Amino acid sequence: MTVSAAPRRKLRFHIRPIAAICLAVVLFWAAIALFAPLLVHYPVGDMVSYDYFGPMSKEYWLGTDYLGRDIYSRLIVGARYTIGIAFVGLILAALIGITLGLFAAAFGGLFDTILSRAIDTFVGIPNLLLALVIVAGGGSSIPILVFAITIIFFPGCYRFTRSMAINVNALDFIAAARARGEGHFYVMIHEILPNIVGPIMADLGLRFVHIILLLSGLSFLGLGVQPPFADWGAMVRENMIGISYGSPAVVVPSLALASLALAINLLIDNLPQRIRDQLE
Amino acid sequence: MNKRILEMIGGRLAIAILSLFLVSLAVFFITELLPGDTAQELLGQAVTTEAAAQLRETLGLDRPAILRYFEWIFGLLTGDLGYSHVSDRPVANLVAERLPNSLTLAAITMAITIPLALGLGIFAAIWKGSIFDRAISSAAIMLVSFPEFMIATLLVMWLSVYMQWLPALSFIPATADFRTIVLAFIMPVSVLVFGSCSQMIRLSRAAIADAMATPYVEMAMLKGASRSRMVLRHALPNAVAPIVNSVALSMSGLLGGVIIVETVFNYPGLAKLMVDGVSTRDMPLIQTCSMIFCGFYLVLITAADIIAILSNPRLR
Repeated sequence: MTVSAAPRRKLRFHIRPIAAICLAVVLFWAAIALFAPLLVHYPVGDMVSYDYFGPMSKEYWLGTDYLGRDIYSRLIVGARYTIGIAFVGLILAALIGITLGLFAAAFGGLFDTILSRAIDTFVGIPNLLLALVIVAGGGSSIPILVFAITIIFFPGCYRFTRSMAINVNALDFIAAARARGEGHFYVMIHEILPNIVGPIMADLGLRFVHIILLLSGLSFLGLGVQPPFADWGAMVRENMIGISYGSPAVVVPSLALASLALAINLLIDNLPQRIRDQLE
Repeated sequence: MNKRILEMIGGRLAIAILSLFLVSLAVFFITELLPGDTAQELLGQAVTTEAAAQLRETLGLDRPAILRYFEWIFGLLTGDLGYSHVSDRPVANLVAERLPNSLTLAAITMAITIPLALGLGIFAAIWKGSIFDRAISSAAIMLVSFPEFMIATLLVMWLSVYMQWLPALSFIPATADFRTIVLAFIMPVSVLVFGSCSQMIRLSRAAIADAMATPYVEMAMLKGASRSRMVLRHALPNAVAPIVNSVALSMSGLLGGVIIVETVFNYPGLAKLMVDGVSTRDMPLIQTCSMIFCGFYLVLITAADIIAILSNPRLR
């Protein structure tokens, strides 16, 4: 009898077709946001046509808006604002939330209690309301928007990470690691984190949808990205009068927003069962 | 009602009051400490530093923030809601005009959303895996993905502009008859129901589905209980706590929806007042409105917690 090496373990995921389509949509918008400057036809603030609320044409692919600006170019750059601001805010919120969550779970005790209590304060303020308060205090600029998103969304990341990490922290291999003398930091980074990273990523995906909806809601109220620049929410706001002309100017950014949000939600809903089980 | 329940309820109330205090700190210091200055804002861009300093002194803005915080919170507790310098009127008057309108809108919405969403969620869980369940779940995930302002603009486009059935704005004249009032409410309420029901449907479906997977429901099934008895008698009572929590959680979304909807339809409510206040940076108005909203929100969350405690059969 010959001894052969154990077969390499493969992570075999069954990927559903709908998940593949959704992933394609998400990557499409990500690419648009990334390469926006190469794709625009006209500078975003330029009034290029005398025909306001013009129809779709060869020159202006998606028509013109209420000032005769090219909607296609504004949509492309709008993707950059919507996705870019949301993404930076998400990364900051995730860094703060996950770090604090791991600390709370690994150290426990009074540290955990005080931190959790303090962070719960922010949960007592509804999201859009807190955003309004922050924008009222700091005025609307891109750093303030990123700051608002970070403040609003890190408590959720914290709570999610903490609850996942506490479950893992109670398992035997953590006790084993501590028994062989590993420090808190080693346990956090090398033992707990790798075991909860999947569900955390899925949770961040869902949070990203909430962020883009919040951000575009804020812009829709006129308190987000300021003219002449516009994200998708601001584009809907500024072209509201166009509704009565049946102009694509209102519909196009709405559809862009809905397609991105729906794609992310469906993608996470159709993740491989292994990750979904952990998520619940 | 035993001592343990009373203790738990007392604990919840204490936490709610502590939260409200922390929220008031957060609201006050976020609006006060971030860069930006009321005096500067009131006088416009081309103001001299002396004039701004003068006004700041008149308004009392030159005193330490912590002192002004305690004055503000003491005022709120004794019914003095502050003075709006932008509109030159007491905040209490502004709020008194608008608050009933917002409460009406929210009450109508909740009266429709809660039974509708819970009904759909529960039936989806009962017939888990059926076409009905899949249709409801897909619709819920779509509604979660669509921003309220998009639903609102598409409805206006369809019902007001093309069909011309409903008014696009919800301004209700004092002399309006019943029919006008109902017509004005249809679209704002629909948008809010669409916006706030999806979360509730998803969570209540999950809660019932969880309860249906427990050994005691299986036991009931083996005893030969009917499907409706299994759900109503065994699963539902144990799912009350998560369901009530899902309702409370959706309230945060509902408030966000109210802010958007009042703006789209130009509805004269408190949220519209606050959004206008943010544009003009009317700090006393913003602070007071925030506290009113957070107060209502905390009352609802706490009420949900207390109902969840009372519904737990193990505590009875």
